[in-house]
Amino acid sequence: MMFSQLTESLESTLKNLRGQGTLTEENVADSLREVRRAFLEADVSFNVTRDFVKAVKEKAMGSEVLTSVTPGQQIVKIIHDELVQVMGGETKEIALSGKPPVGIMMVGLQGSGKTTFAAKISLYLRSKRKKKPLLVAADVYRPAAIKQLQVLGKSIGIPVYDEGEGNPVEIIQHGYEYAEKNGFDVVIYDTAGRLQIDEKLMQELEQAREAVHPEEILFVADAMIGQEAVNVAQTFFERLNFTGVCLSKMDGDARGGAALSIKKITGVPICFIGVGEKPNEIDLFHPDRMASRILGMGDVVSLVEKA
Amino acid sequence: MGLFSAIKKGLQKTREAILGEIKGIAGQGKVTDEMLEELEERLIKADVGTSAAFLLTDALREEALGKSLSQNEVLDILRSEAERFLVDPPKFEFKGNPHVFLVIGVNGAGKTTTIGKLAKKFADEGHKVMIAAADTFRAAAIEQLEVWAKRSGAEFVRHAEGSDPAAVAFDACQAAKARGCDVVFIDTAGRLQNKDYLMEELAKIVRVLKKIDPSYPHDMMLVLDGNTGQNAINQAKIFHKSFPLTGLVVTKLDGTAHGGSVLSIASSLKVPILWVGMGERIDQLVPFNKAEYVDGLFKE
Ligand SMILES: Nc1nc2c(ncn2[C@@H]2O[C@H](COP(=O)(O)OP(=O)(O)OP(=O)(O)O)[C@@H](O)[C@H]2O)c(=O)[nH]1
Ligand SMILES: Nc1nc2c(ncn2[C@@H]2O[C@H](COP(=O)(O)OP(=O)(O)OP(=O)(O)O)[C@@H](O)[C@H]2O)c(=O)[nH]1
Ligand SMILES: [Mg+2]
Ligand SMILES: [Mg+2]
Repeated sequence: MMFSQLTESLESTLKNLRGQGTLTEENVADSLREVRRAFLEADVSFNVTRDFVKAVKEKAMGSEVLTSVTPGQQIVKIIHDELVQVMGGETKEIALSGKPPVGIMMVGLQGSGKTTFAAKISLYLRSKRKKKPLLVAADVYRPAAIKQLQVLGKSIGIPVYDEGEGNPVEIIQHGYEYAEKNGFDVVIYDTAGRLQIDEKLMQELEQAREAVHPEEILFVADAMIGQEAVNVAQTFFERLNFTGVCLSKMDGDARGGAALSIKKITGVPICFIGVGEKPNEIDLFHPDRMASRILGMGDVVSLVEKA
Repeated sequence: MGLFSAIKKGLQKTREAILGEIKGIAGQGKVTDEMLEELEERLIKADVGTSAAFLLTDALREEALGKSLSQNEVLDILRSEAERFLVDPPKFEFKGNPHVFLVIGVNGAGKTTTIGKLAKKFADEGHKVMIAAADTFRAAAIEQLEVWAKRSGAEFVRHAEGSDPAAVAFDACQAAKARGCDVVFIDTAGRLQNKDYLMEELAKIVRVLKKIDPSYPHDMMLVLDGNTGQNAINQAKIFHKSFPLTGLVVTKLDGTAHGGSVLSIASSLKVPILWVGMGERIDQLVPFNKAEYVDGLFKE
């Protein structure tokens, strides 16, 4: 496991530090290199890693070496706290205060998990927030995308609005009107996957947004995404000003460093994580757990906390 | 668009960035550690991964540090090092009657789409193709695959949603034999490599296929999403350990992804990359070519 790897390598670079009093530029240089490598291996973007390591260095400099923990653990703790802070202290909840039906639009790359998240969020809002959601099938491109949403909707008893083939912007508009007329208080639009460089399809999303002004636009990213996360998230953000991020496939063993990059680059909070394929396999995002995961560690934090 | 230019075009941005760094290294007097670090940065940004990036820059460090090299000399070192990792896809040969492909990978990687594209390629070459809907789990996975079967004109075997995937695979292969199909593609559900029960499900499919013919499946093809970062390496390793892979497909390279992790994967596994996905359309699958890929990264 990474935990042992990072902490062990930190231990070896710092083993002589015990009893030295303070962490200094010289005595932490090696360990910061280890940290950098761990971040890159967790898929944190290169630039975010660099800035982060710099920030950690400044924090670490001059702090006293605790006697109760090893210096390696102490540095991990500093990084962990910084990570939690950057990834956004509080847990974000979906905004439901607008005039009903409140719109939520799912956007993202192909295969990132939008359709699954649409179903998961509808179920979550019904069971946890006592809402009456409608799902709208606006992916007319991918084979059987509509059917996929219908099957998911049926399995959880949530209605799905669809028009078969057609124009996605109109389907979204009509879906909104249908929700309004039929007493739904939340309407979730599933859209087709697209590349952020696909001009035509990006415009289509902008038009959809103009048509129904959703309260939330949720950018769905695969937890396994690599350095590209930054390019993708940045462009989606510039075009659509998405309001929340969902991370899918967190039940895998990816370290999920993209979560940090996306938050850092866009400033938009992460709200949900997907932890399985079934509609109930959704969790709120917890920055502290994510921080431990990116660092690939389990219990260092509580260890230092106790110290 | 030629196949060559598709890969090369996909890698254009990466290549430009790498060449930019190399211009900083070559012809600027002696190569320094700092220059090598900048290059390493570029490679990592291309998702080459720290290990392959280190291997490449280490090769350069060994041959170039402290020397003055021309740009071409630097590029040659990098190219020959990268080419050392990669293998060209072997020429496809029918190994059975039918030849059976089992297509596996994590969720959403592009398995179903790739099967649709490959079915079309084989059909266009005059072969009779069978597609088996052994993803019985994901919502509408069967219907999705059926659309692709229609598009490619392939035979199609399905069971009900939720039924045993191994039974579907078995029936499809039997039917393929009976109907004289040349090739069978078995689509499987997405599975994350850390899920033992899903790996066991796959093992069962393999066991059942081997009851028909111990040589089945002839090809164990892993589909990787080109946007995936370091986890792609885990995926390849873990799948390969349980199900010795005969080939890889890297999808979604029409975006800004570089699929750089294939270098890391190739450096440790020696499994050939067979195909590259360059879009959602049926004709957007191109054969992988090691020289083109390496040139795509390192050739002006
Ligand atoms: N293990 C796991 N699989 C997931 C999760 N979320 C989605 N998936 C799977 O990932 C694959 C893709 O999910 P979809 O919801 O179809 O993704 P999408 O973004 O709608 O895909 P496109 O519409 O093709 O762009 C499916 O196999 C899902 O079952 C998750 O949290 N964990
Ligand atoms: N841009 C692009 N999209 C692709 C490519 N290959 C597949 N896709 C898209 O990626 C998404 C997922 O593809 P699928 O073929 O359903 O993936 P899968 O591995 O079968 O997914 P599951 O069965 O859910 O695990 C779909 O929206 C495809 O259209 C590609 O080469 N380029
Ligand atoms: Mg979808
Ligand atoms: Mg599939």
